[in-house]
Amino acid sequence: MEFFRIKRDIPFMSWGKYTTTISLITFILSVFFLASKGLNLGVDFTGGTVMEVGYSQTADLNRVRDVVVKLGMGDASVQNFGTSRDVLIRLPTKPEMSSARLSETVLSALKQDDSTVEMRRVEFVGPQVGKELVESGALALLFVSFGIVAYLAIRFEWKFGLAGIIANLHDVVIILGFFAFFQWEFSLTVLAAILAILGYSVNESVVIFDRIRENFRKMRKATVAQIIDNAITRTMSRTIITHGSTQMVVVSMLLFGGEALHYFALALTIGILFGIYSSVLVASPIIMLLGVTREDLVKPEKKKEETEALP
Amino acid sequence: MNRYPFWKYLIILVSVLLGLLYTLPNFFGESPAVQVSPLRSAVKVDTLLLQRVEDALKKANLAPSGMFLEAGGIKARFADTDMQLKAKDELQAALGTNYVVALNLLPNSPQWLTSIRALPMYLGLDLRGGVHFMLQVDMKGALTKALDRHSADIRGSLREQKIQYTGLDKEGSQITVKFRDTESRSKAETEINKTYIDLTLRQRDEGGEFLLTATLKEEAQKRIQDSAVQQNITTLRNRVNELGVAEPIIQQAGADRVLVQLPGVQDTAKAKDILGRTATLEVRMVDEERDVESALRGQIPFGAELHTERGGGPILIKKQVVLTGDRINDAKAGFDSNNQPAVHIDLDNNGSRIFKQLTRDNVGKRMAILLIEKNLVEVVTAPVIREEIGGGRVQISGRMTSEEARDVALLLRAGALAAPMDIIEERTVGPSLGADNISRGFNSTLYGFLAVAVFMSIYYLAFGCISVVALGVNLLLLIGLLSILQASLTLPGMAAIALTLGMAIDANVLINERIRDELRNGISPQAAINAGYERAFGTILDSNITTLISGLALFAFGTGPVRGFAVVLCLGILTSMFSAVMVSRGMVNLMYGSRRKLDKVPIGQVWKPANDKR
Repeated sequence: MEFFRIKRDIPFMSWGKYTTTISLITFILSVFFLASKGLNLGVDFTGGTVMEVGYSQTADLNRVRDVVVKLGMGDASVQNFGTSRDVLIRLPTKPEMSSARLSETVLSALKQDDSTVEMRRVEFVGPQVGKELVESGALALLFVSFGIVAYLAIRFEWKFGLAGIIANLHDVVIILGFFAFFQWEFSLTVLAAILAILGYSVNESVVIFDRIRENFRKMRKATVAQIIDNAITRTMSRTIITHGSTQMVVVSMLLFGGEALHYFALALTIGILFGIYSSVLVASPIIMLLGVTREDLVKPEKKKEETEALP
Repeated sequence: MNRYPFWKYLIILVSVLLGLLYTLPNFFGESPAVQVSPLRSAVKVDTLLLQRVEDALKKANLAPSGMFLEAGGIKARFADTDMQLKAKDELQAALGTNYVVALNLLPNSPQWLTSIRALPMYLGLDLRGGVHFMLQVDMKGALTKALDRHSADIRGSLREQKIQYTGLDKEGSQITVKFRDTESRSKAETEINKTYIDLTLRQRDEGGEFLLTATLKEEAQKRIQDSAVQQNITTLRNRVNELGVAEPIIQQAGADRVLVQLPGVQDTAKAKDILGRTATLEVRMVDEERDVESALRGQIPFGAELHTERGGGPILIKKQVVLTGDRINDAKAGFDSNNQPAVHIDLDNNGSRIFKQLTRDNVGKRMAILLIEKNLVEVVTAPVIREEIGGGRVQISGRMTSEEARDVALLLRAGALAAPMDIIEERTVGPSLGADNISRGFNSTLYGFLAVAVFMSIYYLAFGCISVVALGVNLLLLIGLLSILQASLTLPGMAAIALTLGMAIDANVLINERIRDELRNGISPQAAINAGYERAFGTILDSNITTLISGLALFAFGTGPVRGFAVVLCLGILTSMFSAVMVSRGMVNLMYGSRRKLDKVPIGQVWKPANDKR
C-alpha cells in the first residue's frame, strides 16, 4: 500500500502568501481570545480547593449546591465531571479555615445529605504554590525554546533555529488560543502536553531541514524554492504517517483516558495538527524569508559528514 | 552488508531478556497485607516477634498466605481485605502500642523475583490512592517561639540569681529587661552572657531606666530555623507512626518546606485530621487581677489576651508563655481521681523544673493550657493550682470527652511542632479513583498500541510487523526500566508511556520510508535496506534530541505528576532509539541479511512515478 503517489513536487512555496495570511489570522485570533477571555486556569495555578465526589446514582447537582451554599460557601461552583455520577466542586479559599478542614466539612455535610457519597479526590493548592507553578512553567517554556533554537543552530544554522522556534511557538499560541476560546481548563498536565508537543513537532521541521540540506548538495541547479518544495514533497508521506500514528494513540487516550486525561489529549491533538501545518507551511517560508543560501549549509556540511560516519 | 556481529545480537538478546525479567513482577498483581514494625528503632525485629505475630493470628483463626521477616518489620499477606482488616485489629490488640500495625499491599510475585530486586512499578499517589501534603514551616514563628522560651528562661535565671529587675518585655524580635540601677544590670549582663550564648546584649538608658536588650544572633537564628524544620519532620513522623501507614514519605523539600506522602491510606479523613493539625501547646497564667468585663468591652489590658475557655466563658490570659509543648516527654489519656477523662503528661527535666517553680509560686492561682492552631487559640482547660507539682507529672482534666482526651494525648505525645506549619498544597486521591486511573492509563496504552500495530503491519507488511515487534520491545524495556528504577508512576506518566509509543513509531516510519525511497531510486534491495537505516539514523537522532530537551525541561521545572510524566518521556525516548535502530535492524539483518539474492523487500507496494507499469 502506498498512500502518496505524488508525481511532481508540490509548489508549497508559491502558496506562501495564503499560508502566511492563514497563520497570521489564526495567530491574531488566538492572541485576541487570550487577551479578551483569558485562560481558564486550573486550581494548580490559581490556588484554591477542588473536590471530586462520586455518588452511586446520578447526582442531583442542585441538592449538592444547596448543601455547599448552606455551609456559607455561596461562590463555590458545582458541576458534573466526566460521568453524571461524579461531581466536581470548586471551593474558594478561606483564610480562616485550613484546607484539610474545609474539604472535610464539605464532605461530612454531603454525607449527611446522602450517605452514598464517596470522596474521590481533593486538591488544594495554596496561592504561593500556584504562583511558583506559573513561574516554573514559564521557565520550562523558555528553557525548551532556547534549547531548541540552540540545538537547531548548532546542527544546521541560526536561520533554521529561528524558523523552527517561530513556527512552533506559533503552535503554542494557537493551542493556548483554543483553550481560551473554549474556556477549557488549563492545568499542569496540559502545560506538560504543550511542552512535549513543542519538542515533538520540532522533529517535523528537523526532518524537512535535513532534506533541504541534502537537496542543496544534490540539486545544484535548482532554485531555493524548488529545493524546499522537493524536500517537503518527499517527506510528506512520512509526515502524515508519523503524525497519524501518534494521533491514533492520542485518540485512544481521548476515548479511554477519562476526564483526567481529556484536556491533555485535546492539547496534544491540536498540537499535532498544527504541528504538521506549521513545520511545513510556516517554518519553510520563514527560512526563505530569512534568505537561506546554498553556502549557508553546504560548506560546513563537508566537515560534518566525516564525523557523522562514525556511529 | 546487512549483517550484525554476534555481540550486537547478544546485546539485543540480553536487554530483551532483562526487560522481560523486570517487567514480569507487574503481571502478578498485589494482595492485601499487614505490616508490623516497631515504633522505635531500638526495638529489634526478630523471630521472637515473628512468633508472637504468628500466635496472635492463630488465636484469631486467621491464616496468612505468606509471612516475611524483614529488617524493618514483619509482613503478613492475606487472601482478602476482610481478613487483612481483622488481622490488623487483632495484631494491634495483641502487640500493644509499641508497634505500628499498618495495612499494606504486597506483590504476589514469586520469591526468586523479589530476591533479584525485580519489583512491580512503584505507583504514584494518583494511582494507588493516598494523601500528599506540602507543609510550609513558619520561620518567623520559630524565632518568636525561641524568643519566648528565652524570655521565660531569663526570668527564671534572674530570679534564681536574686538579681533585681523591674520588668521584662518581649517586643518584636527583642527582649528588653529593665533595671533600677547599673549595678544589677551589669550583674545580669554577665549572667545572661554566660548562660545564653545565642543572644547579643546591648545596654541602653531611657528615661531614668536602665535597659538591657537581647536579640538572637544571626547564626543562632539560622540554627533555630534549621532545627525547627528538623523537629517538625520528627514530629510529623511520630504522628504518622501513630496512624499506622505502611510506606510513608516525610522529607524536607526546600529550605522551609516538608513533604508528606501517605500512600494507600484508606481513611483519608483521619489522616488529614491528625496530620493537618498544626497545633502547638503553651502553658500560660490566667490574668486574674484585671477585669474580664472591661476587656469584653474592648479595653484589653496590656500584656494580656482575651480568649474563650472550652465549654466555658471568656477568660483573660497573660501573653507571657511559661512552658511550651516541646518540654513534653510523654502523654497518655486516662482518668483523674473523679473518674473524669484526663490527659497525663510527663515533662522533661527542664520542664519539670519550670513547672515546679511555677506551681510553687502560684498556689491558688489559675493557669491555662492552650492549643494554638493557625492563629486560633483554644483554652483547653484553666485549672486552679492547688499545690506545688514536682516530678514533672501533670494532669490536664476538665470538660473533655475521652475521645478528646485521646486526641490531645496523641498530639502531645507525638511532640509539639517547633514552629507553626501551614498546609500549602494538598492532593488526596481516594482508593476508587486510583483504581479507575490505572485502568484508564492501561486502556489508553493498550488500544493506542493495537491501533498503531494494525496500521503498521497493513501499510508496511513484513517491515511493519518488524516495527511493531520493535515497538513492543520498546514498551517492554520502558516498563522494565521503570520497575528497576522504582520511579513513581503517575497517571500523566502512564499517558507518557502511550505518547512515547506513538512518537517512537516515527523512527520506524522514517526508516521504512527511506528504504522505499531508495528502492524507488532503483537501488538493489540489500543496499536499499542498508542505506535506509544508515541515512535515517541522523534524522532520528535529531528529532529525538528536541523531544529530549522538552523532557529534561519538564523534569527540571516540573513537580509531582508532571515530573512523573517527564521521567517516562525521557526514558521512553532512550528506549525507543535503541529499539527502533538496534532491535529492528537486528531482526531485519537476521531475516534478510544472510540471503544472497533478495529480489524484493516486503515493505509494501513501492510506487514509482517515472515508469508507470500500469
